[in-house]
Amino acid sequence: MSLAPPEIDVTQRGPEAGARSEDYLWTLNFGPQHPATHTTLRLVLKLEGERVVDAMPEIGYLHSGFEKIGEHLTFNQYVTVTDRMNYISPMANNVAWHHAVETLLGLELTPRCKYIRTIIAELARISDHLLCNGAVGLDTGAFTFFLYGFYQREVIYDIFETLCGARFTNSYTRVGGVSQDFTPLVIEKIRTFLKTFPKTLDDMERLLTRNRIFVDRTKGVGVLAKEEAIAGGATGPVARASGVTRDLRKDEPYLAYEDFQFQVCCASAGDCYARYLVRMQEMRESLKIVHQALENLPAGDVNVGIDQRVARPTKQQVYSTIEGTISHFELSMANRGFEVPCAESYAAIEAPNGELGFYVVGDGSETAYRARCRPPSVLHFALFPQLIRGHTLSDVVAVLGSLNIIAAELDR
Amino acid sequence: MPFVPPAVDDVLAALTERFGAVESSVYRGQTQLVVSDRDAFDVLRHLADAGFDLLVDVTCVDYLEYRGARRRYGMVYLLASTATNQRLTVRVFLDDPEPAVQSVVPIWPAANWLEREVWDMFGIRFIGHPDLRRLMMPEEFAAHPLRKDYPLQGRGERHNFPVITRDHS
Repeated sequence: MSLAPPEIDVTQRGPEAGARSEDYLWTLNFGPQHPATHTTLRLVLKLEGERVVDAMPEIGYLHSGFEKIGEHLTFNQYVTVTDRMNYISPMANNVAWHHAVETLLGLELTPRCKYIRTIIAELARISDHLLCNGAVGLDTGAFTFFLYGFYQREVIYDIFETLCGARFTNSYTRVGGVSQDFTPLVIEKIRTFLKTFPKTLDDMERLLTRNRIFVDRTKGVGVLAKEEAIAGGATGPVARASGVTRDLRKDEPYLAYEDFQFQVCCASAGDCYARYLVRMQEMRESLKIVHQALENLPAGDVNVGIDQRVARPTKQQVYSTIEGTISHFELSMANRGFEVPCAESYAAIEAPNGELGFYVVGDGSETAYRARCRPPSVLHFALFPQLIRGHTLSDVVAVLGSLNIIAAELDR
Repeated sequence: MPFVPPAVDDVLAALTERFGAVESSVYRGQTQLVVSDRDAFDVLRHLADAGFDLLVDVTCVDYLEYRGARRRYGMVYLLASTATNQRLTVRVFLDDPEPAVQSVVPIWPAANWLEREVWDMFGIRFIGHPDLRRLMMPEEFAAHPLRKDYPLQGRGERHNFPVITRDHS
């Protein structure tokens, strides 16, 4: 199958040959409210018959000034806003935000906290990939696959609910730790998920991976070459499906990723099908990481010690030690809080969608002077016109789904 | 131990050889360079040729209310190398009334939307940008909301929107 966009010569037809070629093009407005965009984004497509000649994406419909709000909320409060960025995997955003804040502060987390954050970040990756691949399936006509994925997402939501009380907007992490420690019930639920999920994943792969209709719809569609991926700033599964072997979990091991054995999943084709395969395989690798982390979960405190003066002490410490009482008082009072250096740093994690980083500027106060989010979706969506050129209108949803564009993260 | 990114000493040495002494600092293992807006494009092109093939982010900080800051806008270019995993931050400082810097879209196409966002939010012009329109805010919007003199609650910018009546719709 030829991958190059077909040459369209519209000037050589009809009685009025010599008319401008764009006179024959058809303009189609796609979105901002459309079931297949999944979120609010707009595409203006120029069509030659059914073939897309050009696409002009327009974003900003969901812009809510998250970065401006970040300059007015404290480091602990802002985590609630990061939930709403990529709401498919809010736990990963929580981890990314506080990872950036702790890099600025130079905090070293406790081993238990690192493991817990690794586990929840990987569960978030599984739930993100389930929805993304499910949506690709849904948009190309595979409804059952989507429901299988959503049922498993529900199981992960249930784990998160048991863990922190919230299903969707978790706001789970805190500076120097997390809001709740793992309870035996959470560990039991994750263990059950680890046992039951591979079977569903096998079923899902049997449904779609070698399904002729799905393969025909996605193979060779939306091809992103390796050079284009790097030049366009693509990261995460989108870049890895094009043969870029970059994965921050391996390249810049943060949290506890050094301790675990897992593979970086790559493909070389760079089309929608390759992105689907990379995501399917990454879920299996995430399961491996969760399994290793859960079985080797270190004992001990989950938050950093009282001497660091950033995380709230436990009730036991507050009522029985003077350091605990002072620390609790200092952190609770509106005009106190913890000290932040007047410096700037950038830290990123490998979020399900790609490199999710925060550039945080501290000015001595507990509120960031600037909290810039580096959203992977923006750079992926900017690549969209070059991916869709020459393909048909029905491929628009396949490409859009395989890039996993989340408008809330796109617009912030 | 937290991860320490690979050193960039070789890159800095090559840069100093070509452009003279460059102001650099290291914080938490992250190297930051400060270059003038005249040299910025050449330095960034040199760095791209030296292996920094991935433009991670282009953003800006408005230092209007920052204690001790002399220049108002600080552009941030976050660079990374996919081969060596080195990272480098390049800063370019700009001032009112006409903050402008050369666009890096010819070096990294990824800068296209990132620079549009900086123009939208901070009002910094990118000379040579192929399509410098607002990215998030509507075209009619007059202000640049991430500037520090722009309040959190807005400033009556709704008056700038065209009023559409029943006759015109």
